[in-house]
Amino acid sequence: MMALLRRDLALAVRAGGGFGLALAFFLIVVTLVPFAVGPASSLLATIAPGVLWLGALLACLLSLDRLLALDFEDGSLDLLATAPLPLEAVAALKALAHWLTTGLPLTLAAPIFGVVLNLPASGYGWLTLSIAIGTPALSVIGAFGAALTVGLKRGGLLLSLIVLPLYIPTLIFGAEVARRGATGLETSTPLAALAAITLACTALMPFAAAAAIRINLR
Amino acid sequence: MMPDLGTYTVWVLSAYGVSLGLLAAIIGLSIVQARRALRDLRQMEEGRARARAASESSQGHDLTERTHG
Amino acid sequence: MSLWEYANPTKFMALTGAALPWVAVGSGACLIVGLTWGFFFTPDDFRQGSTVKIIYLHVPAALMAINAWLMMLVTSLIWIVRRHHVSALAAKAAAPVGATFTLIALATGALWGQPMWGTWWEWDPRLTSFLVLFLFYLGYMALWAAIEDPDTAADLTSVLCLVGSVFAILSRYALLFWNQGLHQGASLSLDKEENVADVFWYPLLVCIAGFVLLFVALVFLRARTEIRLRRMKALMARERLAQ
Repeated sequence: MMALLRRDLALAVRAGGGFGLALAFFLIVVTLVPFAVGPASSLLATIAPGVLWLGALLACLLSLDRLLALDFEDGSLDLLATAPLPLEAVAALKALAHWLTTGLPLTLAAPIFGVVLNLPASGYGWLTLSIAIGTPALSVIGAFGAALTVGLKRGGLLLSLIVLPLYIPTLIFGAEVARRGATGLETSTPLAALAAITLACTALMPFAAAAAIRINLR
Repeated sequence: MMPDLGTYTVWVLSAYGVSLGLLAAIIGLSIVQARRALRDLRQMEEGRARARAASESSQGHDLTERTHG
Repeated sequence: MSLWEYANPTKFMALTGAALPWVAVGSGACLIVGLTWGFFFTPDDFRQGSTVKIIYLHVPAALMAINAWLMMLVTSLIWIVRRHHVSALAAKAAAPVGATFTLIALATGALWGQPMWGTWWEWDPRLTSFLVLFLFYLGYMALWAAIEDPDTAADLTSVLCLVGSVFAILSRYALLFWNQGLHQGASLSLDKEENVADVFWYPLLVCIAGFVLLFVALVFLRARTEIRLRRMKALMARERLAQ
């Protein structure tokens, strides 16, 4: 199990700098926002939590199509399917590797980008916390979407069309935590809901993803 | 005949127009697809039947030739 | 004679072939009667004026938009558990119809909202849920269209339908929470059915019946098309093998 995780991480780092790509994309999105809405710092402060969440979500989405595609093409997914390790665990490990290469760097970078967008001082802790709690859910849901579309030639666009609606609840609660935190409101309810979504997704989505992989390998 | 819709005439009429248009679109699309599928399937089955008939007759022909030979 | 008999494509074709004209005529009759009754022979509401007439399209379309997804959920489950091809094809046939109904509900809602609320669109939980539902329909149809192998497509779309249903419900509750967070107390909800007076209620019932029958007729028609296309594919594959 550890070997598989280490292998996936090594692959992600080697193939196009897995850590860097999502981060660079996140940075670009954050940079483009003031160009689109104007440089007024009060406006930026208002929308900063939402923009940062949306940027993190899109950066997660960007790297999803490579989550399983490489293994599917060179046949190692077939090997993994016949290995003693259950496919559900493989799916969960793939999601974990995806989170370590995108979710974790995004979490660490979010407060830095918050400075650029003039995020209010009270928001940093809540923003980081909400992204740290929310991104694992994005990774496992994304693993399910990647499993659905892995057999397709041009699955990238379809993947976004399928995965983005599934991201809605996570985005709502995650951004709500960040927004309430930034304006000094009480955050425990959306935080609990966000944590519940992440836990439930982590527990259940690997099964759906494994089912989809099995169908695609048949 | 036309009821007096008052100030909201535009809204009510366009709501009916859009809805009936969309319904007509999905119904029309379904009917066109159904017709095309039916026609293509018929053609294909006829083609197969003809091909089978032709191949059977040619086989029969071969047999007769062989008996002649 | 069990219900599963109709999972046999031949039996299904025979049944739907016989039933389709009746359902279609019934649907047309109900829609014409209901909409004419509603449009020409009901009084204006004292608050909403003549815009109340939009209800005869809006409510049945919204109702069937949700029921279409429910029907797809049930048929997807049947496909996963019992692997009846007709069931998977019925789900495929229902999706575009459901998406159209969702679009009608959204469009009529916007056209009612503009004069009544003074805005085309309000990020109200109900409205937003329907937009989300529409997105789910789009993703579902796109997945069907993208996959070549019919059985794989049926399997994967069924899985997506199950997972999507869970997330659609989750989104519904998340949206309720989200909107309360945005503007407290300012609830913009459509008239509940119990608020609707009998004058509006009876033609509305007829319209709902018309939409239900229309949905059934369209699903029958589209499922028949899908079965024929599937048969054509099978014939072509057989010919290729024979050569």
